[in-house]
Amino acid sequence: MSDNVIISAQNVQKYFKGGEIKALDGVSADIRRGEVVVVIGPSGSGKSTFLRCLNLLEVPTGGSILFNGVDITDKKVNINRHRQKMGMVFQHFNLFPHMTILQNMTLAPMQLLKKSKAEAEEKAMSLLERVGLADRANAYPSQLSGGQKQRVAIVRALCMDPEVMLFDEPTSALDPEMVGEVLDVMKELAREGMTMVVVTHEMGFAREVGSRVLFMDGGKLVEENTPNEFFANPQNERTKLFLSKVL
Amino acid sequence: MTWFETIKLAVLAWFEDFKADFILNFIEDNRWKYLTTGLGNTLKITLLSLLIGVVLGIIVAIIRSSHDNIAHEMRPGIGKFLLNFANGVCKVYLTVFRGTPVVVQLMIMYYIIFASSRNGVLVASLAFGINSGAYVAEIFRSGIMAIDAGQMEAGRSLGFGYVATMRHIILPQAFKNVLPALANEFITLLKETSVAGYVTVRDLTMGGNIIRSVTYSPFLPLFAVALIYLALVMFFTWLVGKLERRLRTGER
Repeated sequence: MSDNVIISAQNVQKYFKGGEIKALDGVSADIRRGEVVVVIGPSGSGKSTFLRCLNLLEVPTGGSILFNGVDITDKKVNINRHRQKMGMVFQHFNLFPHMTILQNMTLAPMQLLKKSKAEAEEKAMSLLERVGLADRANAYPSQLSGGQKQRVAIVRALCMDPEVMLFDEPTSALDPEMVGEVLDVMKELAREGMTMVVVTHEMGFAREVGSRVLFMDGGKLVEENTPNEFFANPQNERTKLFLSKVL
Repeated sequence: MTWFETIKLAVLAWFEDFKADFILNFIEDNRWKYLTTGLGNTLKITLLSLLIGVVLGIIVAIIRSSHDNIAHEMRPGIGKFLLNFANGVCKVYLTVFRGTPVVVQLMIMYYIIFASSRNGVLVASLAFGINSGAYVAEIFRSGIMAIDAGQMEAGRSLGFGYVATMRHIILPQAFKNVLPALANEFITLLKETSVAGYVTVRDLTMGGNIIRSVTYSPFLPLFAVALIYLALVMFFTWLVGKLERRLRTGER
């Protein structure tokens, strides 16, 4: 295994109801540093489950996840420590409604990284500045639009200085005119060299920013290729069918 | 005699009666002190049992909802065993204390478990607190279960442990949601303490009843007691309303 690999999923399985439902049926994939890996597939294909297995929000039934070479499915591993290095952005934002934007962003750095309030706020403000939301620092999540909420969710994760960012359909719950502002933030993040794993239906994003595309169906990894090859020259029948429907 | 004078005389007579009754029930022998010491004991019991009930309730609610949320995905081991065991204990507690009358619990507590204790106020507080805890637990559990699962996931994904996520993210939101139900429980508790007299505690109700039994004049002492309870409940309702509005600032 090369040093460059940051996450290595090895034969990951996730079964429900004692094996009756196989959400993930032996998926293996490596995520390398600086890569933007886009995971696409029809709904129910297991792509979100796969992403959620990467930081163990979903505990795999079998297989292992190596993060920086450590098998985090091992129950002796303190998963909380590793999750600090894996930022996650959700479809429904999941901002904390009882806290202001600034409090949302400083809670984890202050509690977990033991940063001082001033230090945490300084970092939060500079990140808010970059996504154009510095003036909303003291607003509550309910006072923000969907696109603004998702931008805050992204920078909230960035406050922990993660090594990799996991995106679970970050634009699926947004009004169409707000998708762009969120994708722009993600593109900038990719340009800065952040390692990203993105589950999405945004084919344009996959083509433009992705370094690799994983196509999943029925809990299996069906095809894996560079975006250009993937969209221009799909190999698998299932992939061809899917692309003919979405493009 | 005109009709006006008739009424005037009647009112004056009634007022004289009232005055005599008032003096008999409250002024003579400083009988009002039965009401004030009673009120003091009622408040002591209510606040102490509220404290016990809320602490107990939060603990039970966390155990119960944690069990429902995560036990099925925990790996076998000592942690899972302990959670299952604690959940079983909580379920028995809820069944027993919600399934029997509080007066019976109070008497068992005073005459059997703490038979050697002379401190009725403390024993009553404990009895009402443990009883109230069962109801508060279910109130808090409903509040915790109502929080979107995404909140827990967001907390965990940032690197918080289960307990830390509960403390910083889930419970503050749950508390705000259950405040009206909690206020309701508090009001119920305040009035429930009126049966403390069963174990010789001189609470407000008992105070009124003592006056009645001495003066043989039930009207004023009992209505005075009722009025004091009513005023207390109205005051606390107002206070909780203020707290609710304060917690809501900035949101929605």
